Amino acid sequence: MSLRAGEGSPLRVRFAWRLALRELRHSLRRVGVHMGSITLGVAALVSIHSFREDFARSVQDEADVLMGANARLAADAPFAPEVEAILDSLRSEGVSVARVTTLSSMVLGGPTETVRLLQVRAIEPGYPYYGAVETTPEGRWGAHLEPGRALVDGAVLTQLGLAVGDTLVVGRARLEVAGTVDDLPTDVAFQTAIGPRVILSHQTLDEAGLLGFGSLARFEAYVRLPREEDRRGLRERYGEVLRTADVGYRLAEEQARRLSNGVRFLGRFLAMVGLAALLLGGVGVASAIHVYIRERRPGIAVLRCLGAGEKTAFLVYLIQAALLGFFGAAAGAVLGVVLQAVMPFVLAGVLPVDVTTRLSVPSVLAGMGIGVWMAVVFALVPLLQVRDVPPLVALRQDFEAPSRRRDWAKIGARALLVLSVVGLCAVEAPDVELGVGFAVALAVASLLIGSVGRGIMIATRRFFPTTASYPVRQGVSNLFRPQNQTMSVTLALGFGAFVIGTIVQIGGSLRHDLTVSFDSGQPNLLLFDIQTDQLAGIRSLLGEGVESQASPLVTSRIARINGRTPEELRQTEDREERPEGWALRREYRNTYREDLGRAEQLVAGRWWDGTPAPTDPTRVEAGDLARLSLELDVAESLRVGLGDTITWDVAGMEVASVVTSLRRVEWDRLEPNFYAILEPGALEAAPQSVIMVARVPDAAERHRVQRELVGSFPNVSALDFSRVQEAIEGVLSRVRQAVAFLGGFSAFAGILVLIGALATSRAQRLREGALLKTLGARRSQVLTVLFSEYLALGSIATASGLVLAVAASALVVPAVFEVDYTVRLGSVAAIWVAVVALTVVTGLLGSRDLLRRPPLPILREAPE
Amino acid sequence: MMIVAEGLKKSYTSGGRPLPVLRSIDLEIAAETFISIVGPSGSGKTTLLGLLAGLDEPSGGKVLLDGVDLFALSEDGRAAFRSEKVGFVFQTFHLLPTLTAVENVLVPLELRGQAAHARGEAEALLDRVGLGDRLDHYPAQLSGGEQQRVALARAFANRPRILFADEPTGNLDHATGAAIVQMLEELNREARTTLVLVTHDLALAERAHRVISLADGRIISDREGSAGPPGSIGASGSPMGPGFEEDNPATVSP
Repeated sequence: MSLRAGEGSPLRVRFAWRLALRELRHSLRRVGVHMGSITLGVAALVSIHSFREDFARSVQDEADVLMGANARLAADAPFAPEVEAILDSLRSEGVSVARVTTLSSMVLGGPTETVRLLQVRAIEPGYPYYGAVETTPEGRWGAHLEPGRALVDGAVLTQLGLAVGDTLVVGRARLEVAGTVDDLPTDVAFQTAIGPRVILSHQTLDEAGLLGFGSLARFEAYVRLPREEDRRGLRERYGEVLRTADVGYRLAEEQARRLSNGVRFLGRFLAMVGLAALLLGGVGVASAIHVYIRERRPGIAVLRCLGAGEKTAFLVYLIQAALLGFFGAAAGAVLGVVLQAVMPFVLAGVLPVDVTTRLSVPSVLAGMGIGVWMAVVFALVPLLQVRDVPPLVALRQDFEAPSRRRDWAKIGARALLVLSVVGLCAVEAPDVELGVGFAVALAVASLLIGSVGRGIMIATRRFFPTTASYPVRQGVSNLFRPQNQTMSVTLALGFGAFVIGTIVQIGGSLRHDLTVSFDSGQPNLLLFDIQTDQLAGIRSLLGEGVESQASPLVTSRIARINGRTPEELRQTEDREERPEGWALRREYRNTYREDLGRAEQLVAGRWWDGTPAPTDPTRVEAGDLARLSLELDVAESLRVGLGDTITWDVAGMEVASVVTSLRRVEWDRLEPNFYAILEPGALEAAPQSVIMVARVPDAAERHRVQRELVGSFPNVSALDFSRVQEAIEGVLSRVRQAVAFLGGFSAFAGILVLIGALATSRAQRLREGALLKTLGARRSQVLTVLFSEYLALGSIATASGLVLAVAASALVVPAVFEVDYTVRLGSVAAIWVAVVALTVVTGLLGSRDLLRRPPLPILREAPE
Repeated sequence: MMIVAEGLKKSYTSGGRPLPVLRSIDLEIAAETFISIVGPSGSGKTTLLGLLAGLDEPSGGKVLLDGVDLFALSEDGRAAFRSEKVGFVFQTFHLLPTLTAVENVLVPLELRGQAAHARGEAEALLDRVGLGDRLDHYPAQLSGGEQQRVALARAFANRPRILFADEPTGNLDHATGAAIVQMLEELNREARTTLVLVTHDLALAERAHRVISLADGRIISDREGSAGPPGSIGASGSPMGPGFEEDNPATVSP
């Protein structure tokens, strides 16, 4: 039927355009509010895209300042002699080189005796070569180079209760705090939040005696090479040497790119939220257009009677939808640009550089284009109804045209909608796969929320008590009025409740698990970098009756597997046979001990004493090699199994071993666990440090232990797990807040859809309210009807979202986080109350004039 | 007197200027009378009906219904009064689309909190208007005539003393309209209601005891209808009798 355009009623574009403009005033009132959700989505997209550009540009402009140099060498161990040689030759050529050494250490505040594990950073003169360091008192940068003095981050003073001029103790060194560092241009987001720093000289670091054998520290050298070809040349000349020595070499611009990539990822994540709002808005638009076209049927029929063809009539409304979408998107673009300008101020404390904003025309145009396109694509399917209004409707309103058998236009419009949504998600997401996944997840979630919502609606209708008072029943039955938008509101609000609910459920379970793990008799103090001869002293410092477990740490590398060196193994042709790079290259911290740990389970072979693994008790004869037990995953990565030999390089000495058992390890237990354990006797002679866990239940006692450690064993660091717990909880709650913000955004989009639905059905509501008043209803009864309707609507929507949230959490929590899940009814109830209250308040506010206006004028307005 | 209007005025503001619709109406209607109000479009018929029923506020004057000064009551007071004593029939039926026929009839009773024992009564009323087999149909499933019959049953559900009808046949074809009118008259007679009918249909208007003609917001004539004075009810001819429809009945504007 749609192919009949040539049949005497030509497409009249100019006519359609003029009529569309005339009708716009009317449609703006009825459908305009729905464009608010388009506005919201476009604003999010424009501001996020623009800001991402601003940020990338600003970071690249300041690449040198962010690194403090032009290039950096970095390693987890002191530089090997051949690397030192490179640095020496650079210096002899007149290139500035500054070393920075960073490690964690216990620091004690002199007057207050408070102890904290802090970052200690030794910095050589000259660094940073770019950017100015701000200190209090002013101009103190460089004071850390003087003997007996240090600079600290402001947070150090708060944590230790000190003031500038006080003394702090780092290892064996007593240092005067010369000032605080307020702004180090090289600091990227949150760095100081992770670990406040004490900055000192390398000489002071040596005096403090913190760098024992096997200490966990980071060694860096910053190089000043302003000419790009010089720093690239350095890589060409020495790249191979540096790689072999496990030293990373990075240029300032590469670091900047990584940094902006990180933010870009975050930006894309945020853009997805904007997209979700846009799509929810789209659902609202589709439903509003559907109702609007139903209402316009008589007008459309008159148009047809006056000689407008199907296509012309369709075009009149398509133009209106596009114009409304354009207004919504334009408002969104303006709002987006405003947000973009505001963002640097909001994020001032978080961003590593001062971001300058610049109007990004491509971002604005892209955002607007997406907004208009989404409005049109979502409106298209309901708009096609226009073609189904025959002229006869002008005479007989209830006449329905016979439905089309195979309506290609409708099929095409649906396909276009699906393609547009999937395509847009794919473009906006960090990668195509994630985008398509997001689109599918969105569709599945909508479908499930929709089905659950429908189920609840059907049940409500069937089982709602007939004994309830009339206004309540009337309110509930209003959800089913003809042309109702209950479904689209349920979807939008339900989606918001789903996002918030899931976050709260998962977050709550994780926190519960965290609390349980920390309180259930597990160790709560971790001591590391202990030298073997300090072990006895530390045990007596801990005191009688304190449970503790010490494990030696022997730093080792793989020299050969089954006789082949890592270099040879890396050449293996077959990917399946080739060991993974990380496992070959890494520095292993191995141990030796008598017994299997509590978090370990034998899965193949036999333990030293002959205990067999239940599934595979194969016995491997070791001969004169040391017996080795490997963790399952690392064995897989190294492509080794029972009977294979591994030769370890332990500080230049070779230790040959054969795999006699495989273990599965529960890594999330707070216990020292190891990839490789050798049998006792194999490594005792090797250079080693010791790691120890202990359980000291009393907080004050833990405090004493840490304080005395700083005095007697300065090289030993202690980690108080209760602080770790606080830190993890802090991070978790920050993540929860961020995601909850996203949920709030969705809920807000849901409320916009609700407002739109109220606007669309306003005339009908007014008429019903007026009728009830005419039939003798008091205001309070009309109010009860409305209240019941919004209460039921909010409840159904929220319940569908929350049912799904609980189901999703019950699936995700055990599967992904390996934590037991129990429904947190309190938070479910809280979310329910909040969203329902929001719905009821919005609904009642939107229906104010229904209570205010006298009934007659309303009843005499256009009949239904 | 069942209905008394004294100096009743109503004007709307249009383009910033007051636009008088009713210019001082004085009227007395005795109990159990059937009166019809006629007049051309814009003469103020429906406005008068709305004011008599307390659905809108007058610009001046007062209305006594069964001795009660309507506009001395609050809006809720008027609603309660309507709930007790007044019934309505509209041109566009105005059924609640989410309720079945019998539920629609129950609304006035339920608003008074009488639902529990009222269902039988509502069913009997629907049976009386010939819809005994369509109790559980929704308005969308009923024809226009059937919808208006449901509206009739609803209007009589609370046993009103006064019934207001605004163009009850305006949206129906002639035969259906005639049947509705006949039913209205019968129910009115049985329930001894005072009936105020607004219509364009002169033949229909003539069936009343009294015919009041409005033009330009004033009463221009007040005479006996063919039914004669109250007490001589039933003198009219066939409901299908001669009559003509004035201009488009859907466009009644103040």
